[in-house]
Amino acid sequence: MVTQKDFKHNDIETLRSRVIVERDRVTSTASTDYPHNYPGLDLAFDLEKFKENFKVKINRLSKNEIEFDMVGIDAAIANAFRRILIAEVPTMAISQVFVMNNTSVVVDEVLAHRLGLIPILADPTKFDFKAKEETSTDINTIVLRLNIRCKRNPNASATETDPLKKYIHSTVYSGDLIWDPKGDQAEKFKDCPIKPVYDDIVIAKLRPGQEIDVEVHCEKGIGQDHAKWSPVATATYRLLPEILINGEIVGEDAVKFQSCFPEGVVDIVEENGVKKAKVVNPRKDTVSREVLRYPEFENKVKLTRVRDHFIFTIESVGSIEPQDLLVQAVQVLMDKCAQVKRALQATLQSD
Amino acid sequence: MISKNLEEAKADVKSSLKEAQKHAEALFGSKGLTDPIPSVEDKWKLLPAFLKVKGLVKQHIDSFNYFINVDLEKIIKANERVKSDVDPHFYLKYTGIRVGAPERPDQEAMNKSYTPHECRLRDLTYSANIYVDVEYVRGRQIVRRKGVPIGRMPIMLRSSHCVLTGKNEMELAKMNECPLDPGGYFVVKGVEKVILVQEQMSKNRILVDVDRKGFVQAGVTSSTMERKSKTYVGTKHGKIYLKHNSISEDIPIVVALKAMGMQSDKEITQLVCGQDSKYIDKFSLNLEECSKMKIFTQQQALDYIGSKIKSPKRAFTTGIRRPPSEEALEVLATVVLAHVEVHDNNFRPKCIYVAVMTRRVVMAMLRGDLVDDRDYVGNKRLELAGQLLSLLFEDLFKKFNSDLKMNIDKVLKKPNRTQEFDVYSQLLIHGDHITAGFVRAISSGNWSLKRFKMERAGITQVLSRLSFISALGMMTRISSQFEKTRKVSGPRALQPSQWGMLCPSDTPEGEACGLVKNLALMTHITVDDEEEPLVKLAFILGVEDVSLLTGPELYLPDTFLVFLNGNILGITRHSKQFVAAFRRMRRAGRISEFVSIFISDHHNSVHISCDGGRICRPLIIVENGKSRVKSEHIVQLSAGKLAFDDFLRLGLIEYLDVNEESDSNIALYEREIIPQSTHVEIEPFTILGAVAGLIPYPHHNQSPRNTYQCAMGKQAIGAIGYNQFNRIDTLLYLMVYPQQPMVKTKTIEMIGYDKLPAGQNATVAVMSNSGYDIEDALVLNKASLDRGYGRCQVLRKYATLLRQYPNGSYDRLADPPVHPDDPSIVQDKFDVLDKDGIASVGERIKPGQVYINKQMPTNTSSDIGVNSRDPTANAYKNAPMSYKSAMEGYVDKVLMTTTENDQTLIKALIRQTRRPELGDKFSSRHGQKGVCGIIIQQEDMPFSDLGICPDVIMNPHGFPSRMTVGKMIELLAGKAGVLKGELQYGTAFGGSKVEDMSRILIENGFSYSGKDFVTSGVTGEPLSAYIYFGPVYYQKLKHMVMDKMHSRSRGPRAVLTRQPTEGRSRDGGLRLGEMERDCLIGYGASMLLLERLMISSDIFEIHVCEMCGLLGYAGWCQHCKSSKGMAKMQIPYACKLLFQELQSMNVIPRLQLENVF
Repeated sequence: MVTQKDFKHNDIETLRSRVIVERDRVTSTASTDYPHNYPGLDLAFDLEKFKENFKVKINRLSKNEIEFDMVGIDAAIANAFRRILIAEVPTMAISQVFVMNNTSVVVDEVLAHRLGLIPILADPTKFDFKAKEETSTDINTIVLRLNIRCKRNPNASATETDPLKKYIHSTVYSGDLIWDPKGDQAEKFKDCPIKPVYDDIVIAKLRPGQEIDVEVHCEKGIGQDHAKWSPVATATYRLLPEILINGEIVGEDAVKFQSCFPEGVVDIVEENGVKKAKVVNPRKDTVSREVLRYPEFENKVKLTRVRDHFIFTIESVGSIEPQDLLVQAVQVLMDKCAQVKRALQATLQSD
Repeated sequence: MISKNLEEAKADVKSSLKEAQKHAEALFGSKGLTDPIPSVEDKWKLLPAFLKVKGLVKQHIDSFNYFINVDLEKIIKANERVKSDVDPHFYLKYTGIRVGAPERPDQEAMNKSYTPHECRLRDLTYSANIYVDVEYVRGRQIVRRKGVPIGRMPIMLRSSHCVLTGKNEMELAKMNECPLDPGGYFVVKGVEKVILVQEQMSKNRILVDVDRKGFVQAGVTSSTMERKSKTYVGTKHGKIYLKHNSISEDIPIVVALKAMGMQSDKEITQLVCGQDSKYIDKFSLNLEECSKMKIFTQQQALDYIGSKIKSPKRAFTTGIRRPPSEEALEVLATVVLAHVEVHDNNFRPKCIYVAVMTRRVVMAMLRGDLVDDRDYVGNKRLELAGQLLSLLFEDLFKKFNSDLKMNIDKVLKKPNRTQEFDVYSQLLIHGDHITAGFVRAISSGNWSLKRFKMERAGITQVLSRLSFISALGMMTRISSQFEKTRKVSGPRALQPSQWGMLCPSDTPEGEACGLVKNLALMTHITVDDEEEPLVKLAFILGVEDVSLLTGPELYLPDTFLVFLNGNILGITRHSKQFVAAFRRMRRAGRISEFVSIFISDHHNSVHISCDGGRICRPLIIVENGKSRVKSEHIVQLSAGKLAFDDFLRLGLIEYLDVNEESDSNIALYEREIIPQSTHVEIEPFTILGAVAGLIPYPHHNQSPRNTYQCAMGKQAIGAIGYNQFNRIDTLLYLMVYPQQPMVKTKTIEMIGYDKLPAGQNATVAVMSNSGYDIEDALVLNKASLDRGYGRCQVLRKYATLLRQYPNGSYDRLADPPVHPDDPSIVQDKFDVLDKDGIASVGERIKPGQVYINKQMPTNTSSDIGVNSRDPTANAYKNAPMSYKSAMEGYVDKVLMTTTENDQTLIKALIRQTRRPELGDKFSSRHGQKGVCGIIIQQEDMPFSDLGICPDVIMNPHGFPSRMTVGKMIELLAGKAGVLKGELQYGTAFGGSKVEDMSRILIENGFSYSGKDFVTSGVTGEPLSAYIYFGPVYYQKLKHMVMDKMHSRSRGPRAVLTRQPTEGRSRDGGLRLGEMERDCLIGYGASMLLLERLMISSDIFEIHVCEMCGLLGYAGWCQHCKSSKGMAKMQIPYACKLLFQELQSMNVIPRLQLENVF
């Protein structure tokens, strides 16, 4: 006989370690891991304990995306990584556009805006930030040129209607940006020449006689100032979902229970000819709370999320490898901490 | 036992059910009783087919085409002869008229044909020559000439004479024209002008009304080619009188009838009352009054009326005075009820008409409910561009002819002419009058017609090109002639008869509410049609001529009077059959599809109408309880084998006007057809207009919200037309990245809003955030703005003319002034100028910089010798045009051209690109506007499990009081659409169902409710509520902070009063008004008051003489001729001004000074 628990009541361990997903609200959202918060529990921060508990596990890594689990850390710290990834990891992006000639239908400001959003493949660590009053040098600026003129294709047939075939350069792509190395840049970036991350981003469309002739300067910057400097398309995390079943869900209910979740979350096992629902992979659940809508599952199922288990997804725009991003974010945070530390020491010493 | 019985009963029921089913099967084939009735799917496909041929702006074009192709000839025919008072043999006759193709007015132009876009750019009028064929006397012979130009006619875009008609997209692109532009407007002096549809009471119809004192009166506005007049048959103290403007006093009705030759009291009584004793009792009073007045014969009656007639001006001019009775007869024949024609003094039809009017009055006196509703849409007529232009043209043409006649007389009067007089030269000279008349009327909007004493202002408006929708909305607008200040609610109220004809949502708020209306999607407005064939047809179908009948015969119970356009035609004894036969003829296409016929049971009459200005719409005909349009028809329609007109021709659908609609039984849906049904609606959402059609799920919104959106949709920034980058408009707002809405409607697709959208799909989170979102303020995501959300361009035109002056001097352009030492140094002010003195295209222009460096001659009036070498005579002064704005811009375009009168015109278009900032106004499509309250960094934004963070955060307090459920469904449908990768529909009274949307959400792992598990971007912890999260289409409205914000510390002052100037444009001060002043007085803040009202405003130091109390100066009193007792004090300059002004009027204000402290 399976014991019936009362799902309405939450014990301290649940409250401490889980976010509880109810039908129309989320409870226990805030972390309560403070010393003396719960009687008999010492929750003071202990580095050794943290080292023991803290885990990072990479689940998936592709060219642009990384998914990893970050377990045993406070939401504030995890969030700090997320925020730094979005806003404070520096990259190179086009910030100055000098228009020599632009007779396309895309006007100068819009062209400049579009150019600015093109991710540039250049290692930002090899460049300095350029202050406003500073002059451009080879260590704070990359120069790219875009010089395109649309012409009729002499080889196209007279009846051709497809502009791609009828004209030459009817579409300006990011690949048309040509790097103009300054100083020792050519030497420095010999192995990894500077170029846009993608060559097929449409910048503008031209028709015969139209011309774009611009020189662009890339500078180092951070996402806080403008989204074009953000190294990620997005950096985000979600908490690990958890599905608890009270007793057993059998028969038709089991099938229904399974259909309440995305594929692969719940399996149906036959035990003595009776279908029985079994949670196999709660990670795949999207927390649609569909199961909580039905009266037959009332007090039979409880949805929670593990408070300190972050499933992190970082989607790079391509200028920095996804696996390097977190490292750089951590570096930024460490630098910040060091700065605070320095400032504190300075104040302490001055006293 | 019992249970057994029960079992048996159950079996019984089962078997009987089975039997019934079998029965049903036999009847309906394989279908069961409970199966849904099959209905025609995709009926709405008729709508785009309709919009191809009629609807939206087509009525303007149809009306204009009718005017140009038909009406012009009629007008010419009515005024065909010009005679001379001097030479009786002379005449000039117009034999024909024709309007040519639009042509450039320039004489020496090689290619005369021009496009509307050239007119817009060059400030020309898009017009074509009017050619007439004439026949006239020259000496002793008759000369015929063809194609004599008499003036130029502005051409409506996309009308039959416009160069754009019938052109495909490629050809239109060559002409710089947008294929989605609806046309229907004029280009006059480079400005696009719309002649608004005018709403009026219908002409030539009897309308029974109760005036303020409670007296019943029947009124008719007679309108014929010659005159317009109003005739009333009204009551006063129980007696009935005839009222007309040309008669100074009210004429007792019996006297009027007697004057028209109906001398017998019995005949009068029978003609008015029939045999009904109730009516006779009510009416007999009038007979008595007449006999008391001792008027028994026609002559006596005419004498009586003749003495009351206002003396016409004619009597003086001709000099011959006719007896009053004759005049009375003429007035009765031609002026009173002018639309009932009197031929050969046969007053019989007019007598009957007056009698019918009287009868209506008598009936209304007895039964209050027989009073007509003035606001009933069936009693209204819409006047379109064609009709208004035809009135204008006739007036201009008459003036043209009378001027011509005067000139002819002047020439013919001369006793010996050296040359034979040829009127042709005269014809050509007067051409400008008609041209200028048209241009003046359309560009000013003032229609002043002497003939009808019509003086109307605001007929035309500048076509608003704020967005595609605002332009389209303007073309469907109807303005009413009612005064806006009147406090009656009737004309403003929503009329049930508006259904399907006029949009119930699209009306402005405020003073014009309900008076300005908009056409619904499927509305068509009729043009005039021939009457004769209808008269013939009516008589063929058994109408008996009214002249052959006596009074009692007119009002027999089964006898119905037949009216044609308000005139009595005769009677029919079989009204139902007659009407049915008539309709059959119409459905068969024997008569025009816009002829309407209906039975009025209240008045026992049948009304046939073929006049112009009636509002009508197409409906599907239902016969024997079945829709005539079947699925196969729609299949053929989709395949392009059938067009809308074929449906009409086949008698599947027909047009009904408001009156006939009221006489029909129209089912809303096919499933609602009952045996009595005569028609079924094509699609219910067509009751909305084009602008209201943009709203997704409008049927879920509180109705005023839809009205608000109708007003705001016109202010949304978006794409304007495919030719938007070729236009040089005074002010142009464009969105950089417009998107078509995720949740569309069928209307959106039909009017092309998906191709020229005005808004973007923003991911919205409905939640409270930061406290900067109260009072409908929105929180925007900074990263979204960085990526181009809400970015817009504002282009402004700055134009100037290089004038030529009478003395031969002219304005000129100058290159930037050269630095004396180094010619390469250019002053910053002139930095953007090119060598020609105009800013070069593409330059970034800062506030204060010059973009057209114009110079004007100092001497423009006095004569300078042609060869004068005197440099002072040719001196120029600088008159540069400098850029004034808070934000730098870019020179987008420069145009240099010549106008019609050969002046050089320079237009410069300066562009600003703006990203949304704090205080910019946004709105969803549900009348929910809000300003941007704060812009938040992306990392501070809440994010969902997928890492999506919103572009816009909207406060949920916007929902409960507004009840815009449609917006919530839009969000849900939008989210489902995004997840499924397809667009959803929010068409009114239909659209994607919430249930289906929820299912899509569930299938994609989202909550059915659209609410997501969201994590705070600030703390990193989950939010304790689920957040309603998804895309909603947001519009950016034209109100932007940059154009409004204003402050001043010091600044310009007015010359006269020395007080700060007023208004933002003059960098004015902010007024501390009287109410604010009252507050300060109440609070006792006297020093603050003094500072605000004097010290910071127009403080002025004066010297006052203590002896005489007058103002002196510099310590000297000119009045006392002494400097003794002069005091200095400070007063407002306005006060000093007042003293001096009083002195100038011989009033001496003296100041008496005392020491306060």
